[in-house]
Amino acid sequence: MKKSGRITALAVIVFLALGFFAIQGLAPSTVAAKEPAKIAFIYVGPIGDLGWSWEHDRGRKMLEEKFGDKIKTTYIESVPEGPDAARVIRQYAMQGYKAVFATSFGYMDPMVEVARDFPKVYFEHCSGYKTAPNMSTYFGRMYQPRYLSGIVAGKMTKTNIIGYAAAFPIPEVIRGINAFTLGAQSVNPKVQVRVVWTNTWFDPVKEREAAVALLDAGADIIAQHQDTTEPQKAAQERGLMSIGYDSDMRGFVGDSVLVSPIWNWGAYYVDTVNAMLQGTWKTHQYWGGLKEGIVQLSAFSPKVPKDVQNMVMAKQKEILSGSWDVFHGPIVDQKGKQMVPAGGKMSDKDMLNMSFFVKGVVGKAGQ
Amino acid sequence: MIELLTSLLAITLRSGTSLIYATIGEIYTERSGVLNLGIEGMMLMSAVTSFAVVYHTGSLLLAILTAMAVGGLLASVHAFLSITMRANQVVSGLSITLFGAGMASFLGQRLGPETNSGYLVGLVGAKFEPLNIPVLSRIPVVGALFNQDILTYIVYLVLPLAWYYLYKTRNGLNLRAVGENPQTADAMGINVGKVRYIYTIIGGMLVGIGGAHLSLSYAPGWTENITGGRGWIVIALVIFSMWNPARAIWGALLFGGINAVQFRLQASGTNIPASYLNMLPYLATVVVLVMLTWWEALSKRVGAPSSLAKSYMREDK
Repeated sequence: MKKSGRITALAVIVFLALGFFAIQGLAPSTVAAKEPAKIAFIYVGPIGDLGWSWEHDRGRKMLEEKFGDKIKTTYIESVPEGPDAARVIRQYAMQGYKAVFATSFGYMDPMVEVARDFPKVYFEHCSGYKTAPNMSTYFGRMYQPRYLSGIVAGKMTKTNIIGYAAAFPIPEVIRGINAFTLGAQSVNPKVQVRVVWTNTWFDPVKEREAAVALLDAGADIIAQHQDTTEPQKAAQERGLMSIGYDSDMRGFVGDSVLVSPIWNWGAYYVDTVNAMLQGTWKTHQYWGGLKEGIVQLSAFSPKVPKDVQNMVMAKQKEILSGSWDVFHGPIVDQKGKQMVPAGGKMSDKDMLNMSFFVKGVVGKAGQ
Repeated sequence: MIELLTSLLAITLRSGTSLIYATIGEIYTERSGVLNLGIEGMMLMSAVTSFAVVYHTGSLLLAILTAMAVGGLLASVHAFLSITMRANQVVSGLSITLFGAGMASFLGQRLGPETNSGYLVGLVGAKFEPLNIPVLSRIPVVGALFNQDILTYIVYLVLPLAWYYLYKTRNGLNLRAVGENPQTADAMGINVGKVRYIYTIIGGMLVGIGGAHLSLSYAPGWTENITGGRGWIVIALVIFSMWNPARAIWGALLFGGINAVQFRLQASGTNIPASYLNMLPYLATVVVLVMLTWWEALSKRVGAPSSLAKSYMREDK
């Protein structure tokens, strides 16, 4: 008995040692104290997801390209939201990083907590709403390119059923579904957008199953708000088409991905880091759109007819000019209740708290 | 309706295949008295290595063999720690899961071609295609059984064989004896350590096939965290099957089936909130587990192997 106790203790030590090495491996390498400005990125998933974290990392690389040896960036992948995040953010702050970018909603409270203790470090949090004198938030109006991709889907569906594999019933996702549906409905009032929630951001197998269920329900185009390319692949395997998200998924899946609303974080990262280096950085709540370039519509697949492409580009011009935006009235909810009157427009606050589905969506917006 | 049932059964089987392989593997391991919690890590490692092999060589057979080798290798590490070193099996298994998950992600960024800067994500390789069995595959509903890939057909054979071997052969009896009462088995002249090693490694190989089925057939290609926690589901399914390989199919089908049904319910525009539907597969697993345990206790039938997760040494009392 005594011996097995000792061996258990040994196993625990080995285990802890493994964990220690793992953390060592993940921790940023300690660099010489003198310049360049060190900037850290914290990702919620692996950069190999080809989606959300991949795009943030593309933004990070853009920074390196732009500022060269004036900055030095590092990143850490798959950091769980919650207390672990606070530890990671604090570690960077203590190691003399000039700025820390936390790229998921759940990092908000941990970051607020750490920001209080390190007034000289710039903190940037993606997709949240809390700020501090040294902490800003940033996000993009993804609903704009989503509306444009909806036009493509609405024009190209033959069954008039579009499937939408969605992550969580939160305002960000609901806003995207609504914008997409409004786009599809604007060119095809008969179109239905069927929503399936997976309650995961990143579960390749589950997301594929959700897409297959939608295809079985008669959908001939699959759109999605997840962080993998599986729904796109599922549609392609049936010889059907899809709309990508996050990154230009056509490159990973093929021409069956008609178009993708994509992130272009670099556009924002370059501006904000520039402000940091110049010393002109002030706390802010950034919510840029197509105009600022933080969100974009990818290039079209050759399968999209020229006239549809032109139609989309015309609409994009309208958004870019600022004369019109997606959530301008009239907007009617699923039950036919008027949410925004004709001529009216939805405030940013209402958009950020959106919890209803517009007409044309089949499915439940949470509760 | 018939069409819907057929498609439901088809997807349930496809998603269940990897679970069934891994569940049978773990049942064999646990029957020998070794608890291996490293399944998640082993499945991920087999998934990434088998996809890398198929991408570079195009040979599915080689890929499956690789997956079995990788699964077996990781299992032998666990066997060494828990049988020879007599370490705590929970700790050893967990460290294999942690190691496997990290290593798989690392390999996924190194084993790819130069042209993709070493990444395996986003690549397309050979995969197991469904093979239609003529005539049989046209039968309504049941036809879904005969429109699967080869790994699923093999599972139809493995299931009864695994059951027969465990309950009807001398080796199976020895295996069960080692898991129930290693002292007695030892007294009977069975080499407890050897038996445990063998079935832990065989179990690991089967888990490896389960992992490979994900990256070679079900969700072809490598995506990080492709298992999405299925390795943990397997642990529940083992209990669910009451350590009987023949019952592994029900657990896997129930879990996969309810998942498929709940997505279809959502796609049909039901009024039930999605969060409840998403809970269903897990809820059903828990409910059935509770019911089974209760029933087994009532009928005084033995559930878990009595010396599961206990290391054995002759001098111990």
